[in-house]
Amino acid sequence: MSFEEIKLLLSAQFGDGVILGEETSGLQPALLIEPDQIAAVCLFLRNHPQTYFDFLACLSGVDYHQENRFGVVYHLSSLPYQTQLTLKVSTEKPTDPEVLPSFPTVSNVYRTADWFEREAYDLLGIDFKGHPDLRRILLPDDWEGFPLREDYKSAEYYKGIKID
Amino acid sequence: MVNEAFKRYQQRIQNLSAEDLVLNMGPQHPSTHGVLRLELITDGEIVKEVIPHIGYLHRCFEKHAQSMSYQQTIPFTDRLDYLSSMNSSHAFVMGVERMLGIDKEIPKRVEYIRVLVCELNRIGSHLIALGTYGIDIGAFTPFLWCCRDREHIMGLLEWASGSRLLYNFIWVGGLFYDLPVGFEERCKEFVDYFKPKMAELNQLLTDNQVFINRTANVGVLPMDVAINYGCSGPMLRGSGLKWDLRRVDGYSVYPELDFDIPIGKGEMGSVGDCWDRFKVRIDEIGESLKMIEQCVERLQKELKRTPDFDPRAKLPRKIIPKAQDYYMRGENPKGELGFYFIADGKTEIPKRVKARGPSFNNLSVLPVISKGAMIADVVAMIGSIDIVLGELDR
Repeated sequence: MSFEEIKLLLSAQFGDGVILGEETSGLQPALLIEPDQIAAVCLFLRNHPQTYFDFLACLSGVDYHQENRFGVVYHLSSLPYQTQLTLKVSTEKPTDPEVLPSFPTVSNVYRTADWFEREAYDLLGIDFKGHPDLRRILLPDDWEGFPLREDYKSAEYYKGIKID
Repeated sequence: MVNEAFKRYQQRIQNLSAEDLVLNMGPQHPSTHGVLRLELITDGEIVKEVIPHIGYLHRCFEKHAQSMSYQQTIPFTDRLDYLSSMNSSHAFVMGVERMLGIDKEIPKRVEYIRVLVCELNRIGSHLIALGTYGIDIGAFTPFLWCCRDREHIMGLLEWASGSRLLYNFIWVGGLFYDLPVGFEERCKEFVDYFKPKMAELNQLLTDNQVFINRTANVGVLPMDVAINYGCSGPMLRGSGLKWDLRRVDGYSVYPELDFDIPIGKGEMGSVGDCWDRFKVRIDEIGESLKMIEQCVERLQKELKRTPDFDPRAKLPRKIIPKAQDYYMRGENPKGELGFYFIADGKTEIPKRVKARGPSFNNLSVLPVISKGAMIADVVAMIGSIDIVLGELDR
C-alpha cells in the first residue's frame, strides 16, 4: 500500500484530525500523527490486512531543540508486504523542567517498544504513559539528568566524588 | 534520584516469597558474553523470571555522533559490534551516501570489495558465535577450532585494512585502500581450506548427540513472538521466516549475487529452538562462502585491478547532506542494524544519529523464552541469541 493510500486509510478510520501533517521532502516520507492517537494508529496499522505493519524496526526519541519540542519517531516495517513507514509525534517542551514531555506507550502493541521506550526515557527524558516498567536502562538508576538533551550539563559530582 | 518505576521494582524484589531465590548471573559471568547481568528469580532449579540489566558497556555512541562529522563517526560504528566492524560501517556509510545522493556513483569494484570484506567478517562473527556457544554448553574444542579458522580471516582483513578487529576500511564514497595485490587469490585459498573444516565442525558439534540433547526443544521462540519483540537476523530466520535484508532491500551488489536464505526447520526438535538458530548460522557461513567465491571471481575477471584505479576518487570533500531524516537498515550477522540520521543541511555534523542494534531487541525476548526453564538452559538460550554487548549498550 502506498503512502497516499495509507493516509486515506488513516483519515477514514480516525477522522482528518489524526494526521497533523506530512514530510515528503526527504527520501522517506513521514506522517505526523496526533500524539494521543499514536497507540491506536499503530494497533490499527499492525492489524489491518492491507498494511500489516507488524515489525517496529526502530523507535527514537528526538530533542528538537530549536523548535523547543520533543518528539518520537517510529519506523514501522511490514514483513508480509515488505514496506516501510515512518510515523512521528511531537509535543511542546514543558516550561517546568521537572515535568517530562509525555506520549502514550506503544509497548502494548509492539512488545519491542518496551526497551526502546525505556531507552528514550533514559537518554532524553521522555515519559511514556502506561508503560509497565519505565526504569532507566543504559545509565545507572540514580543518574541525574538526561544526557542526550541538547541542554544537558555534565554533573560535577557523582555520588560525592568529583568528576575531572 | 531514582524514579517511581525503580522503587516499584525494588519493592517487588523485596517482597518475594521465602521459596524464591534471587540469583545474579553476571556481570562477570563467562556465559553472558560480556558485561551483562541477569537477575534470575528461581524456585530450585526452575527459573521463574529473568530480569536483564544492561548498560555496563555504555559508551555514549549517540552523544559522540552528535558532535562529530559523519566521516569521524565511522570508527565509532566499528566499535558497536566489534566482531563485525565491516558490516556496521557498511550500513552507516550506505546511509550517508544515500542522503548525499551518491550511492549510484560508487564504482562497481568498490562495491564488490565492500561485500567481499563484509562477508568475510560475517563468517568471522558467526565463528565466534558458534565457538562460544560450544563453550557455554560444555564443548571446549569447537571454540579452539573456530578461533583457528577465524585467524585466517583476521589475517586477510588485517592485510587489507591494517588492523585486526576495528578496521575503519569502508569510507563514505569509497574505501580506505584498494585490496593488496594477491588478496583475491588468498581468499580463494581460504575458501578451499575452510570448506572441509566446516564439515569437521559439523561432525564435532552440530550432529553431536550430546549437543542436540542440550539445544533441541530448548528456548523455543515462536515466529509471532519473534516479530513482536523485534527480533531479526538468525533469531527471526531460526523461527522459520525467510527475512533477509540483503534480499529484501537488495542494497549494494547483493541482487547480483546468488545465495539462499537458510531458515530453521525444526529438524532436531521444534521450529525456533536453540539448535535451529545454531544451524541457521552454520548454513549462513556456507552462503557467505558462496558469495565470497562470486565476488572474488568478478574482482579477478571483469573488475580487475588497474594502476589508475583510486578507491578514494569519489570521496566527497565535505559531507553536508540536504536537510532530511533517513533510516538506513542493513543485515548484520546479528540482525537488522539500523541508523536513523537527522541532518539539518547546514553543517557536517548530524543533528541526531540513533543506532538500532540488533542484539538489543534480540535480548529483550529472553525473559519470555526463558520462563519456566532450567538455569542451565538459560545459559544455552543466551548463547543462541548471540549478543555482543558493545552493540547492546552502544
